[in-house]
Amino acid sequence: MNNVLKPRWLVEMVAVWGYVQRNYFLTKRYFMWEIVWLVYITANAMAITFIGAGVEGVSGTKIDTAYLMTFLMVGALIWSYLSVLFDVLSETVSWERWEGTIEYTFMSPASRVTHLLGMGLYAVIYGIAQIAIMFGVVTLFFDLDLSDANYWGALLVLAVCSISLVGFGIVAAVLPLLSPEKGQQVSYIVSSLLLLVSGVYYPVDVLPGWMQAIATVSPVTYALEGSRAALLQGASAAELWSTIWPLLIMGAVFVPLGLWVFHVGESYAKRTGKLKRSG
Amino acid sequence: MKALELKNVEKSFKKRRGEVVRALDSVSLAVRKGEVVGILGPNGSGKSTLVRVVSTLVVPDAGSVEVFGVDAVKHPKTVQRSMNRVSVEASFFKKLSAMENLLYGAKLYGVTSAEARPRIAEILENIGFASKRAREPMEHLSRGMQQKVALARALLTSPILMLLDEPTTGLDPRSKRDVQAFIRRIREEHDSSILLCTHDMDEAEELCDRVGIMMDGKVLALEGPEELKRRYAGGSNGRAPTMEDAFMAATGYSVEEASAEKE
Repeated sequence: MNNVLKPRWLVEMVAVWGYVQRNYFLTKRYFMWEIVWLVYITANAMAITFIGAGVEGVSGTKIDTAYLMTFLMVGALIWSYLSVLFDVLSETVSWERWEGTIEYTFMSPASRVTHLLGMGLYAVIYGIAQIAIMFGVVTLFFDLDLSDANYWGALLVLAVCSISLVGFGIVAAVLPLLSPEKGQQVSYIVSSLLLLVSGVYYPVDVLPGWMQAIATVSPVTYALEGSRAALLQGASAAELWSTIWPLLIMGAVFVPLGLWVFHVGESYAKRTGKLKRSG
Repeated sequence: MKALELKNVEKSFKKRRGEVVRALDSVSLAVRKGEVVGILGPNGSGKSTLVRVVSTLVVPDAGSVEVFGVDAVKHPKTVQRSMNRVSVEASFFKKLSAMENLLYGAKLYGVTSAEARPRIAEILENIGFASKRAREPMEHLSRGMQQKVALARALLTSPILMLLDEPTTGLDPRSKRDVQAFIRRIREEHDSSILLCTHDMDEAEELCDRVGIMMDGKVLALEGPEELKRRYAGGSNGRAPTMEDAFMAATGYSVEEASAEKE
């Protein structure tokens, strides 16, 4: 029982598993809400894909409907996965505050890196499970054009993007630490901006110039570009490099930056007494 | 070696309108190894800030905090490994069961499920907590039962310093007695030092080796309950002096009056 005898890395790994398992327990307890949410986002993805089916009739112009529908469906699914990653990480603090466990978690000896790694790992597992179910359902309803798809290439892009988005989420997670209510509000705005500028349902080049400029620093932009190239055109790993390297750089910048920003935010919260439960 | 030592600890908070509240005003106190020290004070006297400072959740403006000789401000992670805390709010994931919360709490301290399960069963049995109920969501348990689980969670990590921040506040008399009996057992059976903050006079007198009186962020006195009563309430009209007498003599208020004053 005496954990002092365990090597530090093992103690931290046990704690990582603790966060993953806790979130799994919570998902199980809120199971009906999980089902409701899954139905909602699947219906949303299908509704967006149906837009593709209706464009030819509305515009009266001949288009490649199957390609457009696949383009929209890939956007809906990838956004669904990446937004889960961002939301789980960015809500790390506000969630604990709402549950009333923030003080207990923050006074435990598990390091903050461990805490955020545990949250990130769970988000990835949860997001993959969610996107797999959505993909299975959506393919039952639509005749999608995935004949050339390079699934491994798409997974590679998503894996690299996951790292940078975890870093991005950690930066956003600090906001509720600085200001409990306003911080969470700002992180929702960041999420909606990512949706708007990253080309989830349209190519980025249809956006005004200033939005395109923001899109260049959004990891979601590159993830969508890479995933679409892999799934719609069957791009090889070498061809995907142009979207992978910006994601690698963003990961290398955002993860350490997020951890540093979080450390600074936590120190501020401890100085000002903001590290406490609400409600 | 002292389990806990605070020297001249100061902490102020800025409120929205620029008003500064002095939560801790040059607080110095020590808890010896194996000792139970109680801090008695009304709401708003600074007890919870004191516990938050020791538990590394609040950084003091000045002064030093040492846990078993380790500087808690400079080395919070080292200090966190040796202590645990039970607060007035049970601080649980309400939808999760007692068992799930306990397994999670144990893992944060590096204790695996395989190591924790037999220990959880033993602790829950000792406190008369039916193992079947350990599978129910926390929100289905009474506050008294939740506080017992909170104490079990703290014990699970074998802390050598326990911080108890009003662990019996708001409990019905029976739950209060059960929780107090559990604290007594922790004191007798485990090699833990305890800092107990409370506004319950009887609780402080019964459970603590020494009791400090806290008011407006200051520790006014810190002595054994009997010495405290003798010093502050020596002549109480022929009857034996009580802690209430000592508190009133030291602060000029009853706990209720002092709490009302703060509100």
